[in-house]
Amino acid sequence: MSKILVLGATSTIAEETVRQLAAKKKDMILTARKVDDLEALKNDLEIRYSVNITVKAFDALDFNEHETFFSEVTQDDDLEGILLMYGAMEDQKEAEQSFELSKNMIDVNYTSAISILNIAANYFEQKKSGFIAAVSSVAGDRGRQSNYIYGSTKAGLSVYMGGLRNRLHKSNVHVLTIKPGMVDTKMTYGVVDDGPLLASPVKVAKDIANALVKRKEVLYTPWFWLVIMLIIKLVPEKIFKRTDI
Amino acid sequence: MLNAVKKVVAGWGNFPKESCFVYRPESVDDLKEILKEKGRKNIAYGLGRSYGDTPLNKDEHVILFDKLNHMRKFDEATGVLTCEAGVSLDEIIEAFLPRGYYLAVTPGTKFVTIGGAIANDVHGKNHHIDGCFSEFVESFDLLLASGEIITCSRTENTDAFWATIGGIGLTGLILQATIKLIPVETSYIKATYEKAKNLDEAFERFVQNDADYKYSVAWIDCLSTGDSLGKSVLMRGEHAHKSELPKSIKEPYKPAKASHLKMPINAPSFALNYWSISAFNKLYYASYKNETKIVDATSFFHPLDAIDDWNKMYGKKGFVQYQAVFPKDRNPKEGLRKLLERLTEEKCSSFLAVLKSSGVANDGMLSFPMEGYTLALDIPIKDNSLFDFLKELDTIVLAHGGRVYLAKDSTIDPDTFKQMYPRWEEFIKVKDKLDPEGIFSSSMSRRIGLTSSK
Repeated sequence: MSKILVLGATSTIAEETVRQLAAKKKDMILTARKVDDLEALKNDLEIRYSVNITVKAFDALDFNEHETFFSEVTQDDDLEGILLMYGAMEDQKEAEQSFELSKNMIDVNYTSAISILNIAANYFEQKKSGFIAAVSSVAGDRGRQSNYIYGSTKAGLSVYMGGLRNRLHKSNVHVLTIKPGMVDTKMTYGVVDDGPLLASPVKVAKDIANALVKRKEVLYTPWFWLVIMLIIKLVPEKIFKRTDI
Repeated sequence: MLNAVKKVVAGWGNFPKESCFVYRPESVDDLKEILKEKGRKNIAYGLGRSYGDTPLNKDEHVILFDKLNHMRKFDEATGVLTCEAGVSLDEIIEAFLPRGYYLAVTPGTKFVTIGGAIANDVHGKNHHIDGCFSEFVESFDLLLASGEIITCSRTENTDAFWATIGGIGLTGLILQATIKLIPVETSYIKATYEKAKNLDEAFERFVQNDADYKYSVAWIDCLSTGDSLGKSVLMRGEHAHKSELPKSIKEPYKPAKASHLKMPINAPSFALNYWSISAFNKLYYASYKNETKIVDATSFFHPLDAIDDWNKMYGKKGFVQYQAVFPKDRNPKEGLRKLLERLTEEKCSSFLAVLKSSGVANDGMLSFPMEGYTLALDIPIKDNSLFDFLKELDTIVLAHGGRVYLAKDSTIDPDTFKQMYPRWEEFIKVKDKLDPEGIFSSSMSRRIGLTSSK
């Protein structure tokens, strides 16, 4: 049976998405930097849903190992799709003063994604089926003073995914760009204020699982972010540069 | 680095409300990090279904357990499940009922965590025969203040085992537990309903045939007076066998309906009053007839779970849940009669009143049930006069050797608590050993004098 490869299965959104997929009886290969971190999730999924879960180490920043990693995976299993769910978000103000923090976001969110997705794209293009999905962000839709360094890495990822979608259309490969708004995760707990705009990761996960089934191109989750970002994108720069959001 | 969020937390009764520093850890390492902070008090929080201030900690740490919710091991042959303390009974039912297993003991809501179920030693409609939740807990792992993790069971660290059961989170943090589920043939209950015209008749029936039914509870109209004082509907049940299902039911394990109603806002304070509740009670009583029928497990065990946030029906001021147990050798029927008479005199309207026979007490030092009868009811908070009234009820309960259930309490004082739970001294000895610096403490524990106030 084909499996779904989930890169970065320890993030909050990933855990919930993986649960949704397991409920749909999907077998999966889950990765994290430290495989031990996945033990609890693996057991939990196998017990609750009776699915087959394999865990494997994947270091996003170890670019040279990505080819080896991917061929090891595909040697053992046939892939139904790949879900890139890891990301790094540093404090904007701190990153403005530190190239190290900025570089980390660039390397994790953009560079490593290009590295592994280039490899995956070639695999699925040959296969002429399957899906490639990645978690970007609404922050990538426009540069705002509160998070533009993070936002720009996601902007890069979104454009890459768009190009991939264009290239792989004729190979019948589904490419999904996932753009969550503000989600209640360990990344945002205590940092972002609780409010109606803060989405539950379970709801976001359900949206992602649905989007995969329905073969959506770009998913804004929760849905209203599509409207919010549309408005934000339409504001002319002359006006937008004065805002503080 | 874990962040805490300062926010207002309240129990299910929405009273009291307190500002606490709320943490949301995702691992045992996170828990250890929180506990390391010197000079602070900590208490665990599950799904917040206890009514008062059990998991509240004014200006101190409240530790959410919803991310520590992984199932670890399940033995399909024996029904023994090991899972983290944040797993809810609802999740267990969802995962295992389709495989032919149910919870051995479940309280009136399935939205409680394993940790909460142990810390409050919850009980269900089968207490008179099967005892509390802890009866089916084989062991659990407890994270102590020192950072050490100990396994507690009936044969290992037994004092910690019996102190933690019903110990409202004061001995340490329960990390995971191993519990035994029971095999069931279907997800249906064969329910038998019997009306009793007053307290005497209800008691007669309890004594006569409670032992014949695995599940037994009576909904009681506590606004009825005089000859009808204690008018009730007895609801009994057994797990239905496949052969007992009507032909119209094709699947023996019906998956529970996911969608349900949600109470969107706090109801205005005049909505629930003597007249509206009186009317409701009359209709509710009339809607039942003496009969036996097949009902699904959720409607039988967890009827209120169908309405999300049903506690909002009591409005912003919230409500108090009063649950007391009267031991069988101290004239329980008299005690209950006095309680009901005072309630009807004060026109203290409650429409969710439940009367049940309870089985023998277990070795949990602060475990609530004892052999006798327990009455539980909601009282909306209209104004402060309620609290003097509750003290009167406490006096009646004490006069009959009974006690109130801490999971529902928000008002008793240290003197009352000590009289109700005579094993408190034994509990403190064990707690002091496990937590010498007293870092586990809650608003409730300070209020009832179980831990010192700062």
